[in-house]
Amino acid sequence: MALIVSHGHPVSSNPLKLSAPLGAAMAFMGMDKTMPLLHGSQGCTAFALVMLVRHFREAIPLQTTAMNEISTILGGMDHVEQALVNIAKRTKPKVIGLISTALTETRGEDMEGDLKVILGRNPELADTKVVPVSAPEFEGSLETGWSKAVTAIINNLVEPVSGSVPDGARINILPGIHLTPGDIEHLCDIVEMFGLKPVVLPDLSGSVDGHVPDHFIPTTLGGATIEAARHMGKARLTIAIGDHMRGAAEALHERTGVPFLVFDRLTGLEAVDRLMVCLSTAAGKPVPARLRRARSQLVDAMLDGHFYFGGRSFAVAGEPDFLWSWGKLLADMGGELAAAVTTLPQPFLAEMPCDRVIVGDFDDLEDQILEAGGVDLVISNTNARLTCQHQGIPHFRAGFPVYDRLGGAHRVTIGYRGTRDLIFQLANVLIDHPGHGHAAPPHPMEVADAAAPAAG
Amino acid sequence: MLKKKIQDLMTEPGCATNQAKSASERKKGCGKQLVPGAAAGGCAFDGAKIALQPITDVVHLVHGPIACEGNSWDTRNTGTTGPELYRRGFTTDLSNMDIINGGEKKLYKAIRRVIDKHHPPAVFVYQTCVSALIGDDIVAVCRAATERMGTPVIPVEAPGFVGSKNLGNRLAGEALIDFVIGTREPTDAGPTDINILGEYNVAGEMDLVRDLLARLGIRLRTAITGDARYNDVAAAHTARANMVVCSQALVTLARKMKERWGIPFFEGSFYGISDTSEALRAIAGMLVERGADAVLLTRTETLIAEEEAKTWAAMEPYKARLAGKRVLLYTGGVKSWSVIHALQEMGMEVVGTSVRKSTEADKEKALDRLGGDEDKLVDAIAPKDMYQMFKDGRADIMLSGGRSQFVALKAKTPWLDINQERHHQYAGYDGMLELVRQIDLALSNPIWSQIRKPAPWEIEE
Repeated sequence: MALIVSHGHPVSSNPLKLSAPLGAAMAFMGMDKTMPLLHGSQGCTAFALVMLVRHFREAIPLQTTAMNEISTILGGMDHVEQALVNIAKRTKPKVIGLISTALTETRGEDMEGDLKVILGRNPELADTKVVPVSAPEFEGSLETGWSKAVTAIINNLVEPVSGSVPDGARINILPGIHLTPGDIEHLCDIVEMFGLKPVVLPDLSGSVDGHVPDHFIPTTLGGATIEAARHMGKARLTIAIGDHMRGAAEALHERTGVPFLVFDRLTGLEAVDRLMVCLSTAAGKPVPARLRRARSQLVDAMLDGHFYFGGRSFAVAGEPDFLWSWGKLLADMGGELAAAVTTLPQPFLAEMPCDRVIVGDFDDLEDQILEAGGVDLVISNTNARLTCQHQGIPHFRAGFPVYDRLGGAHRVTIGYRGTRDLIFQLANVLIDHPGHGHAAPPHPMEVADAAAPAAG
Repeated sequence: MLKKKIQDLMTEPGCATNQAKSASERKKGCGKQLVPGAAAGGCAFDGAKIALQPITDVVHLVHGPIACEGNSWDTRNTGTTGPELYRRGFTTDLSNMDIINGGEKKLYKAIRRVIDKHHPPAVFVYQTCVSALIGDDIVAVCRAATERMGTPVIPVEAPGFVGSKNLGNRLAGEALIDFVIGTREPTDAGPTDINILGEYNVAGEMDLVRDLLARLGIRLRTAITGDARYNDVAAAHTARANMVVCSQALVTLARKMKERWGIPFFEGSFYGISDTSEALRAIAGMLVERGADAVLLTRTETLIAEEEAKTWAAMEPYKARLAGKRVLLYTGGVKSWSVIHALQEMGMEVVGTSVRKSTEADKEKALDRLGGDEDKLVDAIAPKDMYQMFKDGRADIMLSGGRSQFVALKAKTPWLDINQERHHQYAGYDGMLELVRQIDLALSNPIWSQIRKPAPWEIEE
């Protein structure tokens, strides 16, 4: 059990929190032929764009309504209208994600009302679906924006249930923002192994998975299609991953009646077991042999790996569901979570396997680590590098943004296989860094080797 | 008051572009009207931060909601030879309650906390759209904090919505002239002290420049603001000459320093071999005119002759490898022309240079170096057209900033970063040699021939 404590400072120092509009824009990255549009000053878009480009190492479509001083005072409807018409004309997207910012929300714009008027008087927008999302920076964090956008996409694109016959093999998947494109791809593979058909919303694995198209595309280059989203009501089940996807799953349920299950995580033996039971039940089939084999490999990885986690201490900083997923894995392996910092006081974090969860910034992470007398490994995004450099602690990059390591989009962190590989990756770092102030516990085999006389 | 400041900046008499305009055009200002849905680039806050963040030993505190700092801190690769405080991100992270109740008290408390914790020589406080919109008076809060805490707290009034990144650069200059420069009298002012305005020490490349100056006995009092210390910026008024390198950004500051303290200035560049030489000559000339020993002039000529010969000799082996290669330069301002000469000397052909962020003078210089071929002066190129250029093989390599890199890479075309996120030093003589070396590395990498081959199943029998 953990106490959730806000740092209570008037200043955020080396901020961990990222903006909600950025999270919302990322959700639209997982929609095919889409252009996200931030309704704010051009800087709102420029900062988000640079961050997304550096993280994914991809060209990122993201536009701005380019609000200025005068339009901020008089109202931004004209700017929204011009932006929508310009985008429709120049890039012909299927979907435009219209995302508000603190600037327009502080002013008190009725963006949805304005949008109705704009759509009514601009026939050239008829072929483009505009999805409005209210996600001001002053409320919530990256996760908040992502889940608000997914909910908005559902409410705008999914057809309310009609007389259509449900497709028994279809499963909806609502991934949280903490899943990588590689995770989504792997999850789809698992679902397909049961003979089920996954429909993912939003699907980053189709767009920012680092592939090279053979011609230029000014919008997103893949992801969930409008068509797929429209028919989500035909599925037999919705699987949501991460607590922050609960709202979206509920919205989909309300609209279509499709039952849903929220998985708190898909990393770790027991967590993946639950997924297997769910899919096996849904498919009416036993767990395929390949997955049973993968489970066995994970069990073996835990056996080989636990020596290196036991007695070691860790610090994790990230969005609530990121913290949950990684913190639980470390605890599963016998590690101690000595410092946990997050961006929002989510009630479920009270179940974290540590004493305290601090809602704060990287300064708080540093203080927590000092208080704990040091830790063996920090797991967080690139922005933790200053903290780690100052304290000489190894830094395992994960989360968003990571712009000083390659391959983040392809890392698989879920399923038996993903968990297995993560255990190896983490254990290898721990082996390289025997720890703060004490030697690493030697592997029993190595002790035996050293004691035995040299062979032949 | 901010309005008047912006109006004044728009009618800058020291700006050649501005002087070339008619009176009515000038009144409209120089901010290009942004097109909603088709705009790119940073806001005024971004510009102000770029211009001031390189001051390494102060706290940069952003008064706004999380996006402004949370989405951008520690992302610019400006180097330091000492303090690291500037790399930390500080923000008041305004929440909805702050917006309802006003953020001034929170800002004041935040200033107190960062001073107590980090003891900086100064705190820079940045206004943003939202804090401006709710009417927080950061000038008053900074004044009160300065009086009560005894540490200079500098307000930077450049909320994002007032305009472009470039306007933000200039508003940052205003903050320096209003609150910082001239507030400290150094004990060690000398006859060969200079400042470099608009130099941000990207990738730590000021080392190369500082080294050249040191060999001439010239002391860099401070760059504004690359690798700067607050107290040096505060004493910048004692320098004998100013060099302005990013001319659009800080020419107003240079002019005001001339009016107030009689410091002459010139516009120059350390990118390119002949430009580096010209810059060194101009600095030496100005210093001698203001009383430095005339031997500086001959010393400068000796150094130039030596360095130029050495650099051209070192570049010789690359000539055969690079001759005939076609380069697209997609950058801004000075760099749109300053590196052309060196590339041409290597036998490379510049097929286009973007002048979308350049002054009229920049354009003229570029045109001159391209043999008057106006077709090669390009404005903004739409990503789609740029992609097609590479697909059609009309350029062998692009030199640009990170934003356009994936247009080239996805078209399987070599690309080199010459803007702020790069990790190589391109200034001065050694920097130009490094640029040529990097171009050669990019072009000669063996991946290109491999990845351009079709997959086996794409080959028709």
